Amino acid sequence: MFRNTTAICLHLVGPLRGKKSGASLTRCLHQTLTMAKRLQARRLDGIDHNPWVEFVQLASEEADVVNLGQGFPDFSPPEFAVEAFQHAVSGDFMLNQYTKAFGYPPLTKILASFFGKLLGQEIDPLKNVLVTVGAYGALFTAFQALVDEGDEVIIIEPFFDCYEPMTLMAGGRPVFVSLKPSPTQKGEPDSSSNWQLDPTELASKFTSRTKAFILNTPNNPLGKVFSKEELELVASLCQQHDVVCISDEVYQWMVFDGFQHISIASLPGMWERTLTIGSAGKTFSVTGWKVGWVLGPDSLMKHLRTVHQNSVYHCATQGQAAVAQSFEREQLHFGRPSSYFVQLPQYIQRCRDHMIQSLQSMGFRPVTPQGSYFLITDISDFKNKMPDLPGAADEPYDRRFVKWMIKNKGLVAIPMSIFFSLPHQKFFDHYIRFCFVKDESTLRAMDQKLQKWKAELTP
Amino acid sequence: MFLAWERLCTLSCRPKFLKTVWASKILGLSTSAGEDSNPGWGTKIPPATQHGKKMSLRFKNAKRIEGLDSNIWIEFTKLAADPSVVNLGQGLPDISPPVYVKEELSKIAAIDNLNQYTRGFGHPSLVKALSCLYEKFYHNKINPNEEILVTVGAYGSLFNAIQGLIDEGDEVIVIVPFFDCYESMVRMAGATPVFVPLRCKPVDGKKCSSSDWTLDPQELASKFNSKTKAIILNTPHNPLGKVYTKEELQVIADLCIKYDTLCISDEVYEWLVYTGNKHFKIATFPGMWERTITIGSAGKTFSVTGWKLGWSIGPKHLIKHLQTVQQNTVYTCATPLQEALAQAFWIDIKRMDDPECYFNSLPKELEVKRDRMVHLLESVGLKSIVPDGGYFIIADVSMLDVDLLDMKDSNEPYDYKFVKWMIKNKKLSAIPVSAFCNAETKSQFEKFVRFCFIKKDSTLDAAEEIIKAWSRQNS
Repeated sequence: MFRNTTAICLHLVGPLRGKKSGASLTRCLHQTLTMAKRLQARRLDGIDHNPWVEFVQLASEEADVVNLGQGFPDFSPPEFAVEAFQHAVSGDFMLNQYTKAFGYPPLTKILASFFGKLLGQEIDPLKNVLVTVGAYGALFTAFQALVDEGDEVIIIEPFFDCYEPMTLMAGGRPVFVSLKPSPTQKGEPDSSSNWQLDPTELASKFTSRTKAFILNTPNNPLGKVFSKEELELVASLCQQHDVVCISDEVYQWMVFDGFQHISIASLPGMWERTLTIGSAGKTFSVTGWKVGWVLGPDSLMKHLRTVHQNSVYHCATQGQAAVAQSFEREQLHFGRPSSYFVQLPQYIQRCRDHMIQSLQSMGFRPVTPQGSYFLITDISDFKNKMPDLPGAADEPYDRRFVKWMIKNKGLVAIPMSIFFSLPHQKFFDHYIRFCFVKDESTLRAMDQKLQKWKAELTP
Repeated sequence: MFLAWERLCTLSCRPKFLKTVWASKILGLSTSAGEDSNPGWGTKIPPATQHGKKMSLRFKNAKRIEGLDSNIWIEFTKLAADPSVVNLGQGLPDISPPVYVKEELSKIAAIDNLNQYTRGFGHPSLVKALSCLYEKFYHNKINPNEEILVTVGAYGSLFNAIQGLIDEGDEVIVIVPFFDCYESMVRMAGATPVFVPLRCKPVDGKKCSSSDWTLDPQELASKFNSKTKAIILNTPHNPLGKVYTKEELQVIADLCIKYDTLCISDEVYEWLVYTGNKHFKIATFPGMWERTITIGSAGKTFSVTGWKLGWSIGPKHLIKHLQTVQQNTVYTCATPLQEALAQAFWIDIKRMDDPECYFNSLPKELEVKRDRMVHLLESVGLKSIVPDGGYFIIADVSMLDVDLLDMKDSNEPYDYKFVKWMIKNKKLSAIPVSAFCNAETKSQFEKFVRFCFIKKDSTLDAAEEIIKAWSRQNS
């Protein structure tokens, strides 16, 4: 019966319990005991470690660092978005209360009309739209709704790191297929379009147990924008094997060099088997609002609604109101030079080009991304020159390099190996990821750090 | 128009290409340039794999949500959405949040860097404020980073706690009536809810009060066994308004310790306690801190349910598992709202003994409304159970003996039919209490409906008019 010291203590002090015990007993027992039972649920096995926690903390601990790690803008959101939020919080006080569980009606309405046009699909705000706590929440809801114990989920590497633990938490089995760079001509910079899936290898990953395919385009961390042909192949395999496609399109507006983002849900036969995920945070540079959404057929969405009503139930009202107003503004300006969806990628492309140039002059070999917030850069030269950096024995080189760079060079990046499955990490430990969606001043600060670094290299 | 295209596309191959062009024409954008060409990708898709394939059985939901699709709120909020209905149903204040709370959020909306991600487990200034506030009650330092987690509402805390700590095959004790998500969340975690009802022992001559509803200690003890992973406690209680006494909590604590069980204590209404009653935190009882997760809600604390911020407080060895769930579900909560909440807390933390402090002023305001509701319900022959806390009141409607024959769907419990009848015929909404019961206990509670009284005076005036007219009809 007495399986722990709490019980023993109580047994000993039993007679005292009639009195007002409260504080002193609590203090003596405080935090010194554990239950005999296993505490955490098995669904948490293997998913408790999160690399971000470590790197975000490191970045915050070091003074005077230039943070090019985590993917968030350090410039202001567009004025119209800020105004929309201000309007939402100072207008009708009932916006401080619950709204409809599956989405604030003006938001689901505008998402349905806006994306209906983009996807070439009649979208019902009630049946085909779900508002979630960020795109992150959308992903979680989708996995929980559809992935069962033993289901296989195909994940393209490199992948936004949460796809794997979310698959595991749902009892699923991740099946990885890698994007691989084709060899470039000597001297020619690498580009994300050069990283491709092998069609035969891809097809071989589909089995009778495959439940879902996670697509991320534009891709984080690589910046790849999947072409129509690539999407058509994915589409045909999904249809052939009757697989649901979960399409993470948070960076859909962040596309450069005239490339075009294509939503796989707009391809024939795909609407009925695709969940398209979007993010207000990435769309309007307001990652802290945590408003995301899923678009899809009712036959799939109804299951997401069930998860939603049993997990968060509602999303915060005012953020949704502000996003609705922001989309309404964009709908008026769509396709015009004044559209934020035109201006932002133009600005970000300049940031990208600035960063590429700066990194190249330092001896890094960046891979030019077609889209997204990020680029990866090859650090092989550094690996050859400084192979022994401090770190754990089996710690991939890129993690040790990033920690060293944060401490010694004041630049924060993210090691690319965290975007790969464990067995493949060692093949990609010579890349790190930088976020270039930053203010001019940040990029100039980056230049200063790089110049200082360069000066230290030359004897 | 788009639907027609959809149907056409499922019939043959050719419209596929046209559909893509159509979409880009709408955009006014040209088709992409600069795409890579790799011979493998130019391969034509074999027609046999395209279109016309029926929707698959494999799109069935994951087992974890089987049977959890229906939800009382969805149904009843739709019914009450008619603006001519006086809505005393859903627990949603129609009073304004305190002015300074709105002001803080307004100020924060202008601050640039609060529009980006904050710390996943809780915005630093908020966890610090929560730690400072709750230390006063726990008589112990609370580590803001390791012993507090900020979640998407208290609802999110319940989810994180249950997903983090409850496994398939576990049993979880749920006290009836219960806030409806307890059962569905436990089931979604693959565990079995074990129900134990509160039972009424009214004292003759006295007004019926929520404190008359108690657990039978022996019955409660019989529900515990080696498979019991947790008990979910809700005090003050929704829907009854019961505020568990120290003695009642001690019984529960003793059992938790004896059976080495966790306690998930939903204390969202912790400030809403009326004269003569005191809210006790079971986590402060000996031996309980290390096995209890205590859940709070910004929505209920500051009348801002739409902010969807809640928190879990507990020992590191439990909170860390809720944090694992967090980093695999929503990752982080909204930044500006957390900062505004922190500021609102600092204002009230500084004046906890002041009657102006919202933690003191709101229960005072609500006690008046509660008393008004009791009186009102009495006047139409509805016997209510006077709540000691919370912002709901339940009333026995069976005595009205309303003719519900015109309500179809006779399989529904009496209170469901009554509420639907009342919405339709009296334009007054409430929530049937059997919605807070498991299948077996619904019959014990089907004569009760729940009214929410955190409503502005004009709403209660409108309810009063309806009730007065109703009572005139009856007399």
